[in-house]
Order: sequence, then structure tokens, then C-alpha cells
Amino acid sequence: MLVLSGIVIIILGFALRIHPLLVVTAAAFASAAAAGYGPIAVIALIGKAFVDARFLAVAWLALPAIGLLERAGLREQARAVVQRLRRATAGRVLLGYFLLRQAAAALGLTALGGHVQMVRPIVAPMVEGAAERDADASLDDDTRQRLRAHAAAVDNIALFFGEDVFIAVGSILLIRAILQQEGVSVAPLEVAIWAIPTALAALLIHGARLLLLDGRMSR
Amino acid sequence: MIGLDAIGIAAATLPGAVALHHACDTRSPRHWRNAAFWGAFATTLGVGPWLPDLVNGCLVLAMVALATLGLKPGPVTTTDDTIRATLARRWGARLFLPALALPLVTLGGTVALPQGRLAGIALVDPKQVTLGALAAGATVALALALLLTRPPRGTTATEARRLVDGIGWPMVLPQMLAALGGIFALAGVGKVVANGVLGLVAVDTHFVATLVYCLGMALFTLVMGNAFAAFPIMTLGIGVPILIHQLHGDPAAVAALGMLSGFCGTLLTPMAANFNIVPVAALELRDRFAVIRVQAPTALLLLVFNIAALTLLAFPGSPK
Repeated sequence: MLVLSGIVIIILGFALRIHPLLVVTAAAFASAAAAGYGPIAVIALIGKAFVDARFLAVAWLALPAIGLLERAGLREQARAVVQRLRRATAGRVLLGYFLLRQAAAALGLTALGGHVQMVRPIVAPMVEGAAERDADASLDDDTRQRLRAHAAAVDNIALFFGEDVFIAVGSILLIRAILQQEGVSVAPLEVAIWAIPTALAALLIHGARLLLLDGRMSR
Repeated sequence: MIGLDAIGIAAATLPGAVALHHACDTRSPRHWRNAAFWGAFATTLGVGPWLPDLVNGCLVLAMVALATLGLKPGPVTTTDDTIRATLARRWGARLFLPALALPLVTLGGTVALPQGRLAGIALVDPKQVTLGALAAGATVALALALLLTRPPRGTTATEARRLVDGIGWPMVLPQMLAALGGIFALAGVGKVVANGVLGLVAVDTHFVATLVYCLGMALFTLVMGNAFAAFPIMTLGIGVPILIHQLHGDPAAVAALGMLSGFCGTLLTPMAANFNIVPVAALELRDRFAVIRVQAPTALLLLVFNIAALTLLAFPGSPK
């Protein structure tokens, strides 16, 4: 039971708004200590696992190009483009990005999107631009923050509930491998087909919320 | 052949350049603190595989300490809103080209070199083709951005630092959480939780078994930050023995809806830093939970949908 101390630390740490890196480190030490690892062993374990996960850092290589383009007005251009489309409201722009992201992910094109590459420089400015044009004024800070959070959420939800429709995605490979261990074999296509109802439900539920967002903003 | 080590070295160039930029920025009172943080990050990415685990661990702890003290980087000069509006009018839609080249080159590389072989020569480790293509896409995008906008010398490093400073320590959080996940697995946290869930309720009807499995996937993902970590534990603990073998559920349906229930958990947890915390930093949001708050209603409704779909559709020909 003591190995669960790490989970308790995580929950308390996030609730008390202690620095997340510190919370995660403390949780690692607590759970590992409960499992019988000494402090030196834990430091080595953290070091090895951190280096093994270095592939996660490759995505940051997009930052220099995005920085240069932002400097040259990419966000302003994204805003201007959307302001020329008269029927583009904030909710419709978000829904359009949802459809694009989900369809691309369902075809295995998960690289088309991302918070740093796509949401920050292009999608968020477009959503803000549409809302500004409709409000006929610059947005108050709370509205701007909420629209940006919505842009990030669309990127996540459309990805998660699109990618499983593609048969070669990592999660389907994992599903097959785990079931195989237990002597249960499933075809990738069968798993992918069972992901379609939830994909459609995600589109309907989140799409409805996005269109309702326009109504809430115009009030 | 290009493998993970080479890709790690490529990834190290960004924090490495940012560390040097900070080290030279003597006007900022905390330039050494920032240089040390990004320098340590670059070291683990670039040469980590050749260093002892303990040294890498100490570098990580140093990063944690520096971030806890507060990085508070000094400002960098960039263009202001008026200049950007003028530049945007000058470049127009061409500005989108480098930004779109990144995903296109990534996709193209993944599709063109599925086995990592070009003209019969092993070029990239087949397991790392996507990462290699991503690094190539970033390089092409940078080259196009430089060709198009022709900025003054040194601007690339300055702009890279502006964005890196803007995001800050959350850039290392995904790797820290991966490390924590590994330690949780070693310590057997998953088994303890799965046994606890199973000991708590009698999972003997379709509905209760489905409920426990799907909620278990979501809650477990909430804690571990990753549905892939939750899936083996919940599926081997409940999914296969009870839902598939005992209650004769369709294996593909059980596994697919279980995984998707886990994804609902991913939308709700700060432990999934890549998806829920990094955008908070990248979009300059004040509330650390802003993205999770927006996602929560959709995530909870989809979890209910998954439970209903699995209960109603996955057990053909049996009484409900």
C-alpha cells in the first residue's frame, strides 16, 4: 500500500499548487522508497528514464521556425485571413479545425496539428480574429483566454478521438500486443471500427458545444 | 544509420543554443541560472546516453531545483504589433508556407521511407522514422522561414529563445512524467490499484463489469497521465478475465472502448502534460487548469457514451 504514497503526493501537490517538477520528483522518491529503492538508486532511475524519453523533446525543434514566422507577422496574417471570411465565427473556426484535425488523424496524419506548431501561431489567432470582428471591438482578457483554451482543447479532443480509427496507430498496436499475451487475437480493422461510434459522438458533443459558444459570446 | 541517439543530438541543439544565448545575455540578472537549466537539458538530450545514469539523474535534479527557484528569464527584443501588422501585409499568405511545410515534410518522410530505407540503403532506424521525419520537417520549415523573411543575423537564436522562455520549464515536464511512470511501474503501483478496485466491488453483471473497467481506465489514466500505462493493467486485470472470458464480450469492442475511456481520462489530468499543461504555457494562459476545464464536459459525456456503448453493443445475444 505504501507504494501509493507517490499518487497521494501528486494529488496533494497539484491541489496545493506546489511546483509540478518538485511534486513529480517527490512522488518518484516516495513510491520508489516504498518499493525498497535507496535515494542513489532512485536518482539513477530518474536519469535513465528521463534520457530514454528524450524522443519527446524532438517536437520542440519546431520552435525556431515558428518564432521567425511570428516575428514576421504570421499571427497577424492568420487573423487577417479569417476576418475577410464574413461567415467565420469563433465557434465555426474551431469546428472547422476540429473536422480537419479529426479527419487527418483518422487517416493516420497525426502530425497535422499540435499546440506549438499549429494552435499558437495559426488557430488561436484565427479564433480570436473572428471573435474580434464579430464583437466589433478588441476582446476582454477573460474571453481571449477562454477562446485560446478552447483552441487547445479542440486540438486534443479531435486527435484522441480520430487517431484510433486509423489501423496502424500506436494504441491499436498496443491493444493487439496485450490481447495476444492472453491468447486473444483481434484484427486491427475490428478495433478501428469499434472506435468509429465514439469518434462520431466526440464530433457531435464537442461540435455542439463549439456552436453554443458563439451564442454565449454574442449575449 | 540515423537512430534515437542522432535524433537526441538534433533535439539538443535547441536548448543548447538557448543556453548559449542566455549565457551571453549579461544584462539579465539571472542569465547563469537560465543558461544552467537549458544547458543541463541539452546535455541529457545530446550526450545523456553516454553518461552514467547517476550523472543524468543529478542533471535532472539540478533542473528541478533551478526551476523551483524560478527561471524568470530576461526579456528579448522582437518586433512589436505595428511592425508585425506591416510585415504581415508584405508577406501575406506566403507566411503559411513554412508553417505548413513542417507537417507536410513529416508526413512525406513517414510515407516515403516506411522502413527507413532509401534506394535500398538503410538510412533511418525503422522504429524512429516518424521522429526523424519530424526533425527533418522542422529543419525544412526553418530554412524556408529564413529564405522568406531574411531576418538579421542571430535572429533565429533570439526568436527560439523567446518561445523557449515563454514556455519555460513545462518543456521538460513530459520527460519527468515519463520517468515517474517508469518508477510507478517498477514499484508495482498499478497492481495495487487494480487489486483494490477488484476487491471493492463484485463485477458479475455486464453493466457493473463494464462500469468498473471503463471508469478504472479513466481513473488510472488520470493518475498515470497516460492511457497506454493504464491499459495493460486494467485489461489484464478485468478486461480479459471478466469481460471477455467470463461474460463473452467482443474482444475488439472491449479493448477499443476501454482505450477510448482512458483517453477521456487523459483529457482530465495535469499529468498528461504534453496535452494539458504545455498548451497553457504555449498560449500564455493564466489558469494552469484552463485547458482541462474546457475539456471536462466533453470528456465526461464521452465516458458515459463509452460505458453505454460497451454495455449495449459488445455482448451479443446475452440478456442485459
